[in-house]
Amino acid sequence: MAEVLVYVDHVDGAVRKPTLELLTLARRIGEPVALALGSGAENTAAALAEHGAGKVLTHDAAEYADYLVVPKVDALQAAYEAVSPAAVLIPSSAEGKEIAARLAVRIGSGIITDAVDLEAGDEGPVATQSAFAASFTTKSRVSKGTPVITVKPNSAPVEAAPAAGAVEALSVSFSDKATGTKVTGRTPRESTGRPELTEAAIVVSGGRGVNGAENFAIIEALADSLGAAVGASRAAVDAGWYPHSNQVGQTGKAVSPQLYIASGISGAIQHRAGMQTSKTIVAINKDAEAPIFDLVDYGVVGDLFDVVPQLTDEVKTRKG
Amino acid sequence: MSLRIVVTVKYVPDATGDRHFAEDLTVDRDDVDGLLSELDEYAVEQALQIADDADDADDAEITVLTVGPEDAKDALRKALSMGADKAIHVEDDDLHGTDVIGTSLVLAKAIEKAGYDLVISGMASTDGTAGVVPALLAERLGVPQVTLLSEVSVEDGVVKGRRDGDSASEQLEASLPAVVSVTDQSGEARYPSFKGIMAAKKKPVESWDLSDLDLEAEEVGLEGAWTKVDSATERPARTAGTIVKDEGEGGKQLAEFLAGQKFI
Repeated sequence: MAEVLVYVDHVDGAVRKPTLELLTLARRIGEPVALALGSGAENTAAALAEHGAGKVLTHDAAEYADYLVVPKVDALQAAYEAVSPAAVLIPSSAEGKEIAARLAVRIGSGIITDAVDLEAGDEGPVATQSAFAASFTTKSRVSKGTPVITVKPNSAPVEAAPAAGAVEALSVSFSDKATGTKVTGRTPRESTGRPELTEAAIVVSGGRGVNGAENFAIIEALADSLGAAVGASRAAVDAGWYPHSNQVGQTGKAVSPQLYIASGISGAIQHRAGMQTSKTIVAINKDAEAPIFDLVDYGVVGDLFDVVPQLTDEVKTRKG
Repeated sequence: MSLRIVVTVKYVPDATGDRHFAEDLTVDRDDVDGLLSELDEYAVEQALQIADDADDADDAEITVLTVGPEDAKDALRKALSMGADKAIHVEDDDLHGTDVIGTSLVLAKAIEKAGYDLVISGMASTDGTAGVVPALLAERLGVPQVTLLSEVSVEDGVVKGRRDGDSASEQLEASLPAVVSVTDQSGEARYPSFKGIMAAKKKPVESWDLSDLDLEAEEVGLEGAWTKVDSATERPARTAGTIVKDEGEGGKQLAEFLAGQKFI
């Protein structure tokens, strides 16, 4: 069976959920070989093996943390040459897409980004993508070279499928371009303890109607009662009420959770672009004419300052 | 020291219009008005600020570059009216249907021909939204990529910037020449002034075709694309959901719905 190279996103050896989802998709088109780079790379092996990686290639060097993107591309290219895979799958993070793009040029291949599903086809893997603020669904494939495909979080279930997961050290020699962009400082983002926005099963978002940074506490309280991530519309972010890293929409993050709760968000096209593929959509808004209500499975026309706290209390009561 | 800045921009269908695909599954550009991609306005803005801050501002030159059909000149005019100095329009019938790998090839050839010290792009286009062109350009041009910056400055031939990622905020640094991309957090883009709009009409817009870039038709276009779109289907409209008016029990009713869906 053909091998499929899967690029591993991990934090000091802890594999992030989108990579485990990728392994599910990779098994549909071949036998997964995982590549983990940087500090803690070897510690990823157990989780990767449990989810279907037959082989885990690892490499650590200071270059991965000290310079931007290119060292990882060099390593991925080395793995590509060692494995000769039928496809290369990479999580659709900002960095993942950059790595994928550069690899595609190097190996003379086409690239598909932000796939939301993947299946085997007669002429290679077929990727499903959302287009035009998720109003269209396209099916595409790479027609030249080895398919390089990045996949969005929440695109596949995480499935256990134990495999050998044999760890092999990859040999990497860095190109002279690897040290071109130096990382001179790094400030870790403070953890809120909430799930990562793009990976969360439930997202609770606030918009213009939240009307002030201090009021986001009621959005956060609802999110915490549901174990959800907190999102914000561009209006709320531009007003300085919530950090840009939590922005959902065209210029922020695209989310596709099981449940999306929009509070005080009117639903401009730019916001819809980032949340329209959510499985269940709920909105709370004073304005009965708000376009968000065209998308909802359940909507409450009312003041979020009444509805959200009542909902939070009810969730807490029901969860006991 | 002179500073040659090339800003890559894209002419995109207006997101508030009824965007759809043409019969050949390329983006239909005839039925929806186009405009300069909003995210590219931030790139033009940062180019203008970097030029203003240059050692000898008179010696910094901003060229805006686009690849696109005839109407794409509108995007160039907008950038010129914001204050860019000149424009290059790569236009060729054979470019119809070019995918992202092909577009990066054309842009890279045009950037090399134009001459550059710094390339600035937006973080993504507002239609395709892939966000890979800056990395592709850096790879093709063989220069550092300093991408997704929410803050950028250039001094003594070195570009510095801040990249805000999911887990950390990074300070980056690279020597010119380099490719930079900026986010919508990099600073509000200016509105063109009346004077700027009038001045833009007199600024030079060069037109190049594939032969000017030593490219063959087979290397680009729909036939030459590295990817193939097999189908594009409109998502079925959502079935109308339940909408209730809050008369004191809205939160409880919503909780009942969520419980019914097994979210609680």
